[in-house]
Amino acid sequence: MQPDREFLIRRRAALAGGLALLAGAAGAQLAGKVESRPVPSSGEQLPLVGLGSWITFNVGDDAVARRACGDVIAAFAQSGGRLIDSSPMYGSSQGVIGEGLARWPGPARAFAADKVWISQGSRGPEQIETSRRLWRVPRFDLLQVHNLLAWQDHLPQLLAMKAAGQLRYVGITTSEGRRHREFENIMRSQPLDFVQLSYNILDREAEQRLLPLAQERGIAVIANRPFREGALLRSLQRHALPPWAAAEVGCDGWAQFVLKFIVSHPAVTCAIPATSSVAHVRQNMGAARGPLPDAALRRRMAALVEAL
Amino acid sequence: MFSPRTYWRLVELANRQAWPLQLLVGAIGAVLAWGLWHDRRWAPRALLLLLALAWAAVAWGWHLQRYAAINWAATWFAAAFALQAVLWLVAAALPQSPPPPLRARRTALVLWLAALLVYPLIGLGLSRPLVQAESLALSPDPTLLAGLGALLLARRAWLWPLPLLGCAISGLSLWTMAEPLQALLLPAAALIALALTRR
Repeated sequence: MQPDREFLIRRRAALAGGLALLAGAAGAQLAGKVESRPVPSSGEQLPLVGLGSWITFNVGDDAVARRACGDVIAAFAQSGGRLIDSSPMYGSSQGVIGEGLARWPGPARAFAADKVWISQGSRGPEQIETSRRLWRVPRFDLLQVHNLLAWQDHLPQLLAMKAAGQLRYVGITTSEGRRHREFENIMRSQPLDFVQLSYNILDREAEQRLLPLAQERGIAVIANRPFREGALLRSLQRHALPPWAAAEVGCDGWAQFVLKFIVSHPAVTCAIPATSSVAHVRQNMGAARGPLPDAALRRRMAALVEAL
Repeated sequence: MFSPRTYWRLVELANRQAWPLQLLVGAIGAVLAWGLWHDRRWAPRALLLLLALAWAAVAWGWHLQRYAAINWAATWFAAAFALQAVLWLVAAALPQSPPPPLRARRTALVLWLAALLVYPLIGLGLSRPLVQAESLALSPDPTLLAGLGALLLARRAWLWPLPLLGCAISGLSLWTMAEPLQALLLPAAALIALALTRR
């Protein structure tokens, strides 16, 4: 996948001048501001594209790889990103993020989003504290119950932490369309600030109930698996991006095409693609710039991908 | 989960740190292969003792020291490898069973040589550099392969479960790492070893 995206990026640089003349939208995103959406419960603005850390930052004690991940985090920050998402489930990712945050260049403050992932509710606080030390942050902005594991125990604890000022936001997560019915019930009954679920141009089940419910309840939505862990992009990159995508969607490749689809849903606050490439994180952040597709264009985008 | 690149970098870092231990393992392994080929009486017991060392080394040096950093299940793998190391030791201490049929003895030798010489070179055929070669007593997969040969010689049923489970887990792990050809090797070798016990 990477060589194809690298080629597109180099071609983009070479054609930037011509594109800027031919398509105002494509030209605007090269230097436009990063668009954001408010967290409904507070009004805080979050950039439309964040950074995931599943697999990509799990590099163990490899000093070279950890440094490279830090470069990705720095590039993410320089591109206007804020929200970084991780979990104790992601191996060494949390420690890698902590090292990266020590080099955080700004301009905006990082938004630390982590998860509690342990079956014994009584051990949640201990795990959270371990995670906080690995992140090297004074407190998390957002803590989420990972994949609803022991949520009946963890959620009250997180809400208590928030009430005590130890945490700013509380959420829950699921992925790959699992447990949506239970997820919906928790969204209806609990005072959540965030939910995280899988949503992309092919996996759109959440549009039926969860995304409308999030809007109704004033819950921010983080979209995970935007690229189906890379599989979606690998299959799309066998096809040329149609010319209307650059002109009308304002994207320079399939990654931005897919991300713009996701974040153009009005219920979505932020998408969190994961990457270990500086070039790719900059490209991903490009999706948070420029105009977003409207409903008609979204339908056209979805139809294109479904037909491929 | 972790990327294949991360896993093979772990192997590479383990190899760099251990070098030139691989040469010592190779030399000892060659002596043992000679003993197995000539049906020396000391060879089966020596194999069990060496395997006890190798499995303990993988439990500590690979699973706990390296793999646990990227895979939370590695501590369980370490426990299983450590337990099997103890079982190899126990088997080595027991009176030797009557020698198995010639076919099983030769298969055990083939598996030992495969673990020592062939398996480390598989990566080259899959476009991985030599520095990422998986070595006996450093990486789990060639160590599992060597264990299958010992199972045929020792002929004790209680030695089988953990190596068989290890071969299955290895196959599954490599499959998820998009290495389908390599994923088949250990399960296939395990099935061959099992089939030979029924003859």
